Amino acid sequence: MITVSGICKSFKVAKRTSGVGNAVKALFRREYSEVAALNDISFSIAPGEIVGYIGPNGAGKSTTIKVMSGILVPDQGTCTIMGYTPWLDRVAYVKNIGVVFGQRSQLWWDVPVIDSFDLLRDIYNVPEAEYRSNLKLLAETLDLEDIIRTPVRQLSLGQRMRCEIAASLLHNPSILFLDEPTIGLDAVSKIAVRQFITRINKEKGVTVILTTHDMNDIEALAQRILLIGKGSLLYDGDLTTLRERYVEDSQSDSPSIEDIIVRMYKEYQIT
Amino acid sequence: MKAYLSVFRLRLANGLQYRSAALAGIATQFFWGFIIIMVFEAFYNQSPVTPPISLSQLITYVWLQQAFLAFIMLWFRDNELFQLITSGNIAYELCRPSGIYGFWYAKLLAQRLASAALRCLPILIVAVFLPQPYRLSVPVDMATAVLFIIALLLGLFILVAISMLIYISTFVTMSAAGSLLMFGVIGEFLAGMVIPIPLMPSWLQSIVNVLPFRLTADFPFRVYSGHIPKWEALEIIPLQLLWLAALVAIGKYAMGKALRRVVVQGG
Amino acid sequence: MKLFGRYLLILFKSQMQYRTSFWLLSFGQFFIPFSVFAGLYFLFERFGQIKGWDFFEVALSFGVIHMAFAISECFVRGFDMFSSLVANGEFDRLLVRPRSTVLQVLGSKFEFTRIGRLLQSSLVLAWAVSQIHVDWTIAKSLTLIFMIVSGVFIFSGIFILTATMCFWTIQGLEIANIFTDGGREMAQYPLNIYQKWVTRFFTYVIPFGCVNYLPLLYILGRTEGNSFLYMLTPLAGCAFIIPCLLLWRFGVRHYRSTGS
Repeated sequence: MITVSGICKSFKVAKRTSGVGNAVKALFRREYSEVAALNDISFSIAPGEIVGYIGPNGAGKSTTIKVMSGILVPDQGTCTIMGYTPWLDRVAYVKNIGVVFGQRSQLWWDVPVIDSFDLLRDIYNVPEAEYRSNLKLLAETLDLEDIIRTPVRQLSLGQRMRCEIAASLLHNPSILFLDEPTIGLDAVSKIAVRQFITRINKEKGVTVILTTHDMNDIEALAQRILLIGKGSLLYDGDLTTLRERYVEDSQSDSPSIEDIIVRMYKEYQIT
Repeated sequence: MKAYLSVFRLRLANGLQYRSAALAGIATQFFWGFIIIMVFEAFYNQSPVTPPISLSQLITYVWLQQAFLAFIMLWFRDNELFQLITSGNIAYELCRPSGIYGFWYAKLLAQRLASAALRCLPILIVAVFLPQPYRLSVPVDMATAVLFIIALLLGLFILVAISMLIYISTFVTMSAAGSLLMFGVIGEFLAGMVIPIPLMPSWLQSIVNVLPFRLTADFPFRVYSGHIPKWEALEIIPLQLLWLAALVAIGKYAMGKALRRVVVQGG
Repeated sequence: MKLFGRYLLILFKSQMQYRTSFWLLSFGQFFIPFSVFAGLYFLFERFGQIKGWDFFEVALSFGVIHMAFAISECFVRGFDMFSSLVANGEFDRLLVRPRSTVLQVLGSKFEFTRIGRLLQSSLVLAWAVSQIHVDWTIAKSLTLIFMIVSGVFIFSGIFILTATMCFWTIQGLEIANIFTDGGREMAQYPLNIYQKWVTRFFTYVIPFGCVNYLPLLYILGRTEGNSFLYMLTPLAGCAFIIPCLLLWRFGVRHYRSTGS
């Protein structure tokens, strides 16, 4: 379903200098340094998988997501998702994916949630019947009936996140990218979001790729994790293997997932 | 006094940071100046009567307007202050040891000075070296220059006093945009920002002359170009002082009243 | 097109959440050009004409250009405010949706308060049209409409160009004011009152001359040669948007390869 092979991406970063003289100079000639954000990333994901994509801040998680969702064009490498190359057939491709950026909202701030949903229906050209049934299902499972007529600005963060996730599923995507979907949520909302992700994965077979810093998300959701650090893919495998690998040199018999991750970060020297 | 000075310095440093914005602003103002001058040039070209102000005096007027824009436009908002008032957070401001009128006055003054410091000199220098007829002429003598500076600074003080009234009126209207619009559009027109006062019809001039707005922009610029003779300038400068005193007094009184209401309401 | 209507509706609803502020701003948008127009009126009272153009001829120019400006600021505001869309990363969101970026950026913001300016310019235009010495034939009325449309396209083009600059830098964008606010201020007079270099620049580079000078000559019956050509000049002005859109596409491609 998803095949990523040999993706490389580097950014030019302008060197910032201080002082008035340098600032004037910078107006005419800037010095750049190349920063490799992704270095030969390859993996493939089968339909119906839930994959946790983890790594410290700045490791290249969002760059990868951006490449896979067609926002960014990589320097090298190929990526085939459902037969499309994301950055080439952007418009045709993105009909099949849903993206949630946890820190940004896709809902219109001052109007009731349902208005945003209706607009998304038109953006994605979802047939009315399909839209109705999707909306009904999402509203039931995410418990949105009471809040759907409330303006977004009056919602709590947890309520908003549930609406965000619903918004990205209205057009029946086969793949869902979740960028930190549980950030800032309270315990109850976190669990609600996790349960829902499991459910759409099971019932509709949606492939889910999620990035998070909350290892409990990973533990609850992902059968498989990808670890990225300093732009390279460091680990690709399931959680149990990982646990076994680290269990022997641990003080306790069943180290928490947090412990394991900290160990991995240490081992790969990526913190 | 020390508190005022530190606000001043902070603002200047803040303003100096956005150099490219300043450059873009200067370019825009030059373009603007040229357009206005060319329009007047075209009007003057085939004028059957002799206009009440010569073209070269008018050109000087326009360049000064562009150079000292930060001193003379009412349309210059400090969102921080507006938010302070409309959100009711003004209560914190009341805890400061310095008088609130003086503090805000210094803040607004500092903003304008900082913004003018960046734009005024480059515009003046370039305008002085422009080819004729677009050149900004220099004052005829030292006395005129001194009078101009005095008039300009007093004008700035008056302008800040007027804009203080805009902020204070926000206590009542609770709408920053509304207060700013009404004062801004009308005040700037009456200050000669849209068309210079000498070119207004005489009935309008007689209205404008009794109001304080013209003292902020029109008066100093005409002193500079010599359109207002020195002896007349000396007569108007005391008037500026009088207006300044009156506006500050009104502002302080209105603010005291507005603040008392805030305190009564519980902030 | 249906989607565009949807965007309009949802943003109108949003704006109506802040009714007082909407009315105040619309009111202000009426008065700002009003004071400029008052200035223009007083100047004509004193001087009578400007390089042979009389008051109502200039008022026609004024009405056309301010109306075009109001319409573009209302509907193309998304491009005008594009720097914030890039700065907060919202543009990424538009890229994961199966619609053209141009349509989505247009739909990201409308500024309905420009209704005030629109009203003001309509009044001026109506006054000028009724007082000017012109026999309004169908061709001339059409030309007048073309002038407004052409103005909208040119202002939109400039907004798109400014937005395209955001893909490289978001500093110093104020320079674009020369062409938007400056262009508006300048084009409220017929273009030939200015120096040659201004006239040339604003005819051949940014074709404001196709909005308010060449077609105006046709309306007033002052053309030499083929008047049909003069009538069609506004359409040439519309073509200005084509290179702007091409540059926009280039900018989007740049954004997608640098992610800056």
